[in-house]
Amino acid sequence: MSVADPPRTDASGRGAAFSGAAGGEELTVVEPLIFERSRAERRAVRYPSPSDRARKVASDQPELPASVLRQRPPRLPEVSELEMLRHFNRLAHLNQAIDLNFYPLGSCTMKYNPKVNEWAARLPGLAESHPLDPEGLSQGSLELMWLLAELLKEISGFPAISLQPAAGAHGELTGMLMARAYHRDHGDGERRTKVLVPDSAHGTNPATATMVGYETVTIRSNERGGIDLGALRDALGPDVAALMITNPSTLGIFEDQIDQVVAAVKDAGAIAYMDGANLNAILGRFRPGESGFDVMHFNLHKTFSTPHGGGGPGAGPVGVSARLEPYLPAPIPSLVQGDAAEVRANARALRSTPDARFALDDDRPKSIGKVRSCYGNFGMFVRAYTYIRSNGDAGLRTISEDAVLAANYLRVKLHDVYDLPYDRLSKHEVVFSGRRQKRQHGVTTLDIAKAILDRGIHPPTIYFPLIVEEALMVEPTETESLETLDRFVEVMREIAEQAASDPAAVKAAPTTTPVGRLDEAAAARRPDLRHAFPGEADAPEAPAAAPTPEAPTA
Amino acid sequence: MTYSPHTDADRARMLTAVGVATVDDLFADIPASVRASGWDLPHPLAEQEVRAELARLAGHNRIPGVSFLGAGVYRHLIPSVVGEVIGRPEFATSYTPYQPEVSQGTLQSIYEFQSLICELTGMEVATASHYDGATAAAEAALMACRLTRRSRVAVSAGVNPDYRRVLETYCSGPGIEVVTVPIDLGTGGSGTTLPERAAQALGDDVACLVAAHPNFYGQLEPMAELAEAAHAAGAQLVAVVEPTSLAVLEAPGTYGADLVAAEGQPLGIPASFGGPYVGLMAARMASVRQMPGRLVGATRDVQGRKGYVLTLQAREQHIRREKAASNICTNQALMALAATAYLTAVGPNGLREVAELSTTQARHLVGALEAAGLAERRFGGTYFAEATLRVPDAARRHAALAERGIVAGYLPERDEPALGDTLLLAATELTTDDDIARLVDALEATR
Repeated sequence: MSVADPPRTDASGRGAAFSGAAGGEELTVVEPLIFERSRAERRAVRYPSPSDRARKVASDQPELPASVLRQRPPRLPEVSELEMLRHFNRLAHLNQAIDLNFYPLGSCTMKYNPKVNEWAARLPGLAESHPLDPEGLSQGSLELMWLLAELLKEISGFPAISLQPAAGAHGELTGMLMARAYHRDHGDGERRTKVLVPDSAHGTNPATATMVGYETVTIRSNERGGIDLGALRDALGPDVAALMITNPSTLGIFEDQIDQVVAAVKDAGAIAYMDGANLNAILGRFRPGESGFDVMHFNLHKTFSTPHGGGGPGAGPVGVSARLEPYLPAPIPSLVQGDAAEVRANARALRSTPDARFALDDDRPKSIGKVRSCYGNFGMFVRAYTYIRSNGDAGLRTISEDAVLAANYLRVKLHDVYDLPYDRLSKHEVVFSGRRQKRQHGVTTLDIAKAILDRGIHPPTIYFPLIVEEALMVEPTETESLETLDRFVEVMREIAEQAASDPAAVKAAPTTTPVGRLDEAAAARRPDLRHAFPGEADAPEAPAAAPTPEAPTA
Repeated sequence: MTYSPHTDADRARMLTAVGVATVDDLFADIPASVRASGWDLPHPLAEQEVRAELARLAGHNRIPGVSFLGAGVYRHLIPSVVGEVIGRPEFATSYTPYQPEVSQGTLQSIYEFQSLICELTGMEVATASHYDGATAAAEAALMACRLTRRSRVAVSAGVNPDYRRVLETYCSGPGIEVVTVPIDLGTGGSGTTLPERAAQALGDDVACLVAAHPNFYGQLEPMAELAEAAHAAGAQLVAVVEPTSLAVLEAPGTYGADLVAAEGQPLGIPASFGGPYVGLMAARMASVRQMPGRLVGATRDVQGRKGYVLTLQAREQHIRREKAASNICTNQALMALAATAYLTAVGPNGLREVAELSTTQARHLVGALEAAGLAERRFGGTYFAEATLRVPDAARRHAALAERGIVAGYLPERDEPALGDTLLLAATELTTDDDIARLVDALEATR
């Protein structure tokens, strides 16, 4: 390969998002696999040899028997540090990201991830803290977790918190296991077998109900996008374990009958579960814990700005009412010596409390058990704590005010060109429909999304919620400037115009991205899920699929 | 400190456009009876203040100068270049690659991750990641139940106690019974799962046997025999492994594992008080449609260029809802990227050196303690890079050493009362001769 290789592009003029990729690979490859860069004996990291003394003492210990040893070393790539770094940097160039451009992916709260959070998570005192170190050595980690739980209690109105779940769906699993433990404990476990889920819910809600052994009953939405109270009341009965409701909903709408919904659920003896994915819209305005809900999961990677990481790590703590508190996952970081009010006050003043002592409370006989190893995604706790302390009471209110203002601004600026099936006050997001463009011009929401890509913006969530035809779910968040919002409005109007004037151009999008539209059907038909080494047959075939619907989204 | 860019003039313009007078009008849909009563939260902090607060908390941890603590979480060298890769904002501040045209970086890196995990484990297909090793093992057991249509799970007592607790919790959901297969805990015994006891536990309603290699106590299990016992009963073998050990230990795919689950933390991820880590899961291709979690596959774009997409999504919650293989949505993509970068940086020779240095120092450690008459091996058989040692008055001495900044491993009696007066001590390539000498001296001083 030569440094003189020209930047590779193909006939369409696009290609690698960078110039000067190593030569030798097919022109149809944007960046080769790391395995293809491998050359025997190249390496990026060297280790010292054991000392003579270590070897000598070790030699008196039993050897590993040949029977357990690997016959062929794993074929990991062999590259220099620079080649490796370039490979990953080139891959990075192929990604859209919040730090590059607007990313209004609905229901995901793609807000800015402040950099001081990263600074904090990398402090050696926190990053190098071993979860099984004696508690006396881990007081800082334990205090941080205790303080974060105290803040989340105050934000949500719940009296107790578990930080353990690793993601929102994991929080759902935790919450529903607690609901079931509660019913069993009250002699009602056999009878209550159903979970009610509105038709606007995330797919994780019904999937969670199944993992807990419950049957899902779907409750339809009313014409205003809220839950149909009549349908809810009809479905509620002595066989219902819980209602799982997302509020504000996936339509970006606050359930304005929420008081009646919660009352009906409680009257039926069921557990009221709130999916807190959209908490970013209601900070300081609505506290589920004081409104009768029994349990809610937070998504620290949404509301509290921890980075989404290309699909995790997240963190999904749960808050619970007093009646569910005994069932929380164990262990729970606890203050075992010292006064809670004093510790909180001192932490506000950036001071330590001299005699305070924290420990992990694992003596919880009614606990549902552990839902993951150790105590949760601690690195995310550090970031969320940093974020909450940075924003403080006033900042957290501003977050929701500005997020809601931005969503409503986009609603009024675009509702003349895109259908808006539920034209009401928005909370964190607004859900348009591309059905007009589809009917009049044959341009689908998928086409619109691809045309947005060509304008440098990440598209909204599409084809979700399922109750909106050709859905475009836009969540701007509070961290986007008015100029960015106006640019998005301009882009969406321009695409609506182009759908009418030149639909073929919209359907040909994207044309400026590193690759064009990808053949997802082929990918699913003949799965190629790993690199085939030279001389090796392609990966074994997957058995034929049962006829199931493929992804509606891109 | 707030990250909102809006000036009051911006807000006024937007409120006018929306047609409301005040921002409170935007919340008029919240019924008055349930509006927040207020809250008592700290005031905002400037960056220098919030840094002081976080530095205060970090300062309250004492990172031990010498530590032999592992027990599932290991301190390895994290090459600087790994931090550089995962710190790239294009990876860190993107999300699940729903729009593949602008997510090829994430998608290709996951495909490389899946390829690397297949290669390490000798399996045919690996998922894009799970929350951690414990949940990967639990999901693997549930997957075995779906594959075999059976409703009990057998787990070796040699599996990490945390994993067993998580397995119990996950299985309690659909009402799957978990049976524990004991290990030989006798002094001088094997410290491993007894194949005949495993065979007894494996009735015709047991979906899988979950066993760890090396096991929690550092011992190497008779995996081929356990696989045989599982298969004889029509059950699957779920092998829980430690990824750096796979540089030298036989790949699970070779000794008959049907499913592999592992904690990927040793691959370039800091201990970080328990997370975020990354769960690894691998299987046979014939089982792929029952796998939980994301999978990335290669395909072509409209012009024939190679590209990557999320695939086989008909298993997943956003398509299948209540019929999905799992409810998993967000996983641990950035941590999977750390593992990918780590395995690339160290390569096959580096990973072998990590495993060899770790085992050499573990044997050095055990040999030095035995020679000084301070400890003896609790079990016979073969250990890998961690060993369970009999140390008189272990709990007291463990506490005394911690006061001096030396963590003498883990106290197995916390989970297993039969292992009183033992220490579980781990070595890695970062364990120095001096660390070992200091442990010997400190234990000597507490005799």
